[in-house]
Amino acid sequence: MRCKKCDQPAVIRMHQHRLALCKEHFVEWVLNRVADTIRSFRMFSPKKKILVAVSGGKDSLVLWDILLKLGYKADGLHLNLGIGEYSERSLDYVLKFADSHPEADLIIVDIKERYGMSVPELAEAKKHGRGRKICSLCGLVKRHEMNRVANERGYDVVATGHNLDDEAATLLGNLLNWKIEYLAHQSPVLPSTYPGLVRKVRPLVRLYERETAAYALVEGIEYIREECPHALGAKSLLYKEILNRLEDEMPGAKQRFYMDFLKARREGLIKLQPPPAQQLHPCEVCGQPTSAPGKCAFCRLWEPGSSSGS
Amino acid sequence: MVRIKFRGQEWELKPGLRVKEAIKKVGLSPNAVLAVKGGKLLTEDVVLREGDEIELISVISGG
Ligand code: SF4
Ligand SMILES: [Zn+2]
Ligand SMILES: [Zn+2]
Repeated sequence: MRCKKCDQPAVIRMHQHRLALCKEHFVEWVLNRVADTIRSFRMFSPKKKILVAVSGGKDSLVLWDILLKLGYKADGLHLNLGIGEYSERSLDYVLKFADSHPEADLIIVDIKERYGMSVPELAEAKKHGRGRKICSLCGLVKRHEMNRVANERGYDVVATGHNLDDEAATLLGNLLNWKIEYLAHQSPVLPSTYPGLVRKVRPLVRLYERETAAYALVEGIEYIREECPHALGAKSLLYKEILNRLEDEMPGAKQRFYMDFLKARREGLIKLQPPPAQQLHPCEVCGQPTSAPGKCAFCRLWEPGSSSGS
Repeated sequence: MVRIKFRGQEWELKPGLRVKEAIKKVGLSPNAVLAVKGGKLLTEDVVLREGDEIELISVISGG
């Protein structure tokens, strides 16, 4: 198979775009597509300071790489969650990438060092160790820490590596369970709705996971290939598998499913009433906006003896 | 024989299949994996030859 642009041997064929490209033109295509996504969703302007949440997985490292290649001021934030060997290895990949990109800063927050317990220890203390509950705790910790670091260090926006498959899987889950509130909110841009709540964006939402993986491969970006042990059996993995089976038979199905949802909602064809805006106020301990009276959910996590949490 | 590896599993297939057919033959989705030979990406139309060693890389991640 030949590259559509230069006739050199292709490295990838993308059925949904009816496009085969060589290495050089594939990289160029990815960069253009992400630049276009940033522009068309008005994610951020060229002068903004961006904090990229990097886990050590392919998508976040690919995102960081792309933003740097596009000339943005993009630094990395890695949260060491303390999930055994998985976290240690993840950190190694992040450090390796950062070492070869001296133009960017890397901020590392070790959750155990800072708060006294790793995420699994916290889950155990909250009796959240079994099942998938650890992930809701983990998500809460990640959101809080990304927001905290961005505020403290003066970043304008937090960027995460969610790709089209992630978004389509989330959409499928939200539809299957008719989570209207989530359907109203699911978006590549979450604006800051309150002082101290940092804007969040997902610049990879128009790339298939297969494309971000191929980009990592051709650009020599090494990343952790194992999953977090707590991701095993996650519903999102099942949804992705199902969506890929559909995609095999109907090229472009994933893209249409997600992008047409965004379009229809934007044009008012799907009327989803977002829930009434909650009254927010600053947490009395950390100062981050919260709807809970007194302390935010994150700060309550670390109180001794309390067994609730998320 | 053509050797196909994926996450610690291994299959041996007859030469002559295309990459896409080989992926389906071992029960995977061509949208969920990339085929790599000697560190280089293969497009799905490539015909596998005797002695080829192909690694399939899962592109799916996340919890
Ligand atoms: S799978 Fe769950 S525990 Fe593991 S990193 Fe993701 S959210 Fe955290
Ligand atoms: Zn080309
Ligand atoms: Zn707080």
